[in-house]
Amino acid sequence: MKILKLFFIIFFIFSFNHLEANTDDMKIKITKNLRCLICQGQSVYDSDSEFANSMKVLVDKKLNEGFSEKQIYDFFKEKYGEWILYDPELNKNTYILWLLPILIFLIGGAIVVKNFKIRK
Amino acid sequence: MNNKILKITTTAIFIIIFVVFYKALRDTNIYTPKKKSNNEIPLFSANLFYSNKQINSSELFKLDKFYLLNIWSSWCVPCRAEHSLLMDLTKNKKIKIIGLNYKDKKNNAENFLNELGNPYQEIIFDKEGINAIEWGAFGVPESFLINDGIVIKKYIGPLNKELVEEIRLLIK
Repeated sequence: MKILKLFFIIFFIFSFNHLEANTDDMKIKITKNLRCLICQGQSVYDSDSEFANSMKVLVDKKLNEGFSEKQIYDFFKEKYGEWILYDPELNKNTYILWLLPILIFLIGGAIVVKNFKIRK
Repeated sequence: MNNKILKITTTAIFIIIFVVFYKALRDTNIYTPKKKSNNEIPLFSANLFYSNKQINSSELFKLDKFYLLNIWSSWCVPCRAEHSLLMDLTKNKKIKIIGLNYKDKKNNAENFLNELGNPYQEIIFDKEGINAIEWGAFGVPESFLINDGIVIKKYIGPLNKELVEEIRLLIK
């Protein structure tokens, strides 16, 4: 019985630590994808400006309130616009950015395949 | 035949790349903050400066009234410059000024108000700067003209005589 209790305690501690680590990882991931709007070429994660520090606190708060990654991005997007995200979502302004590499890859691939067939 | 297809495809790729780069390079890459207006005021809870009482933003901004939310700090030099204009604006009874004290020490903020006067009807104490982000602010000073629960104008940076005159005209 004692062993069982001990096992449960250890299991609980480990799962708690895991949860903490997950929140930290998520915070880092989110702040790395948020642009520090008053800095030059720095993410919120990299910057130590007043603005970035406030953003870090707010991301932490939102995560603790149970916001998902997408909900946090949506929150900041509503306040500051799409520019705040380093990883832009697929929409009418960014579709070329997303589709062009795939298109070029497909066309290039088709040319290579065609050339191979001709040589054969 | 194959050679022709290859030539056409290569030309098409170059044209596409040219168009994309041309479009992208013509766009300015300098970020200019959106002065979004006609947005509803954000809903958040905050602590009041003097009473430390927690309050909802909806309690601060009543409908059918003009408010100017001014984000300020004692360590912000431009805030010092615009403060006399805010003091002047308090004479206008059509508008109420709400302060948002941004990332400040209470002592310093109190000294600042004692020295230059207090134009604020209420002051939100934003120690961590998160209330300012709820408003979509970048730093200090910033001001938001609010009417009927809607932000009708956003002023990034210190107010000057012309801008205060513009506010006066808007609330007439």
